[in-house]
Amino acid sequence: MGNIEKHIVQTDPWANLKEFTAARIALGRTGTAEPLQALLQFRLAHAHARDAVYAVLDQPVLLNELRSLQQASFTLQTQAASRSEYLQYPHKGRRLHTASHDQLTEFNSTGYDLCLVLADGLSATAINSHAIPVLKLLLPLFEKASLSVAPVCIVQEGRVAIGDECGHLLKARLVAVLIGERPGLSSPDSLGVYLTWRPAPGLTDEARNCISNIRPEGLNYPAAAERIFYMISESLRLQLSGVGLKDNGRLIS
Amino acid sequence: MAYRYTIQQHTYHFNTLRELLAKAGPFRSGDALAGVAAADYKERVAAQLALADVPLTNFLTEHVIPYEQDEVTRLIIDSHNAQAFAPVAHFTTGQLRNWLLSDEATPAGLRQLAPGLTPEMVAAVSKLMRNQDLISVARKCEVVTKFRNTIGLKGRLSVRLQPNHPTDDPKGIAASIVDGLLYGSGDAVIGINPATDSPAHVQMLLHMLDSIIQRFEIPTQSCILSHVTTSLQLVQQKAPIDLVFQSIGGTEKTNKSFGIDLALLQEAYEAALSLQRGTLGNNVMYFETGQGSSLSANAHEGVDQQTCEARAYAVARKFSPLLVNTVVGFIGPEYLFDGKQIIRAALEDHFCGKLLGLPMGVDVCYTNHAEADQDDMDNLLTLLGVAGCNYIMGIPGADDIMLNYQSTSFHDVLYVRRVLGLKPAPEFEQWLLKQGIMNEEGTLLPVQDKHKLLQLMNS
Repeated sequence: MGNIEKHIVQTDPWANLKEFTAARIALGRTGTAEPLQALLQFRLAHAHARDAVYAVLDQPVLLNELRSLQQASFTLQTQAASRSEYLQYPHKGRRLHTASHDQLTEFNSTGYDLCLVLADGLSATAINSHAIPVLKLLLPLFEKASLSVAPVCIVQEGRVAIGDECGHLLKARLVAVLIGERPGLSSPDSLGVYLTWRPAPGLTDEARNCISNIRPEGLNYPAAAERIFYMISESLRLQLSGVGLKDNGRLIS
Repeated sequence: MAYRYTIQQHTYHFNTLRELLAKAGPFRSGDALAGVAAADYKERVAAQLALADVPLTNFLTEHVIPYEQDEVTRLIIDSHNAQAFAPVAHFTTGQLRNWLLSDEATPAGLRQLAPGLTPEMVAAVSKLMRNQDLISVARKCEVVTKFRNTIGLKGRLSVRLQPNHPTDDPKGIAASIVDGLLYGSGDAVIGINPATDSPAHVQMLLHMLDSIIQRFEIPTQSCILSHVTTSLQLVQQKAPIDLVFQSIGGTEKTNKSFGIDLALLQEAYEAALSLQRGTLGNNVMYFETGQGSSLSANAHEGVDQQTCEARAYAVARKFSPLLVNTVVGFIGPEYLFDGKQIIRAALEDHFCGKLLGLPMGVDVCYTNHAEADQDDMDNLLTLLGVAGCNYIMGIPGADDIMLNYQSTSFHDVLYVRRVLGLKPAPEFEQWLLKQGIMNEEGTLLPVQDKHKLLQLMNS
């Protein structure tokens, strides 16, 4: 088989160029087609991305981990009743289901510095894999800075703007939404963090700051935690978020 | 005015032409999201039956967005060519569909008709048509454009070589360019989506592409897909800009959300012309569009997404572009949910653009949250090849590592050229022969490891 394949598949004599890019170059060919290995590798990458889109938040594990970090939490639903509805009607993922809304109202928050939201977004895999490791680094920084943190909101079928309602009902000065980003073929588990000063329903993207591509192969946990903490500190200090808040600090002393 | 149609004692009412168009459209998630789609199958067909009876002249007097309110409407109405329209002026929408498919509608006749048709007329007629109708008529339209080569000739299929890189690393980009050229791609344009829009950065990329094209004497053109204001600034600095790029939409508000208006596009068009870098022709603009962009910008004004898209072609038409590309599956499943909707939308866009006289290409593509895969893209690619699409994208392994979506690969280009007997643009074909990349039959030749294109990376 190996020999026959060697004979049939036309290899490209520029495989050395792969060192310059992650693009799928120098795949070789059989006739006009990609060799089977390349085709199956592509299909596997797509499978990872597709499964990430339909992955579900692992709530028992997340709740357990948060408990061990001495962090209370809410599990909440949005108005999107299913993944299909979530994908076709984005606005439904931006508002809480009535029961969840009531749950936060009845909590009667007395006010916090921060509200943290974990939302599945387009990749629950990203939250399941990276949210707790990032929080493990972040929570001690908040404690050291004497910032009060509201019970963590775990939101199923949530989009970025769901943080506005959660943060508003919990009377937080600032909301940080940790959310699964749209999966790419090479990044099915990329986590994004969106910060919004004085969250309230109806805000739009220009009111937010984003820290993107958080995963071990991208922005790693320590670097991500450092960046998030810097941006949160700056937002609280300057009392704003969005275009007016610049990510100037790479390191905190 | 109001339109109606009665089916078995039930009368369906449509208050405006805008509503009628929206409800007559084949189902897509974006129209449901906007709340403009038909309530059920019967209402959709009732709308199509009513639309078939609408005289084409109605489209000139009843505007889907008011003339006073929207400069795209003003452009459509003010640039309408009554003389070109005359041969079909007495038709209803339904009669136009039948005529387009008849042998009376010849390629030459369709070319003469183009300035007489408005986007709303072609959107309307497309809503009455099956996929095969859209293919049959589009295939009759030949739209040829020129800059350093000739794109859109019958029996030819060109490719935008899209060598994107997440950090715009010059060597990473060059590696993908070499890969693409050695696979016979790159005749439509070598076009990079830059990771950042800063002028200095874009200028660096422009010089890089210009030097590659010059060094290997490639009969093609380059483009960095930056905002038109960035390009304008760089034209003033005498940067080597072949084509000026811009994303455009079909309503004034959509264009405003892109940071443009018609006056700005005119300024950019004149600036690009002033550089006189084309050797065979003066088509200097490259536009991208896509159904759903107006709704996404909350700027659709109650108009369905396909009609908005067709209106974007009126904007493109004003500036005689070299290339227009509908990036059909990029926008996501809230606008086009699955492979079926993406395929339908692509065929509509290609048909509408061609009928309006535009050099249409299609980015045959999807994102990972859409219900689609490479098999859907194979179907669409083959259909578009049959329909006579001017160009498609060529991306290493169909995987854009910068924009995180899937499109068509250099291999896909080889496939569709082979099965349909299509060739590259003639000047580029000659270059491929001379380089020993392809033979006269269009078969790719094994590349020697001393091939001079491979030396690009060593310098």
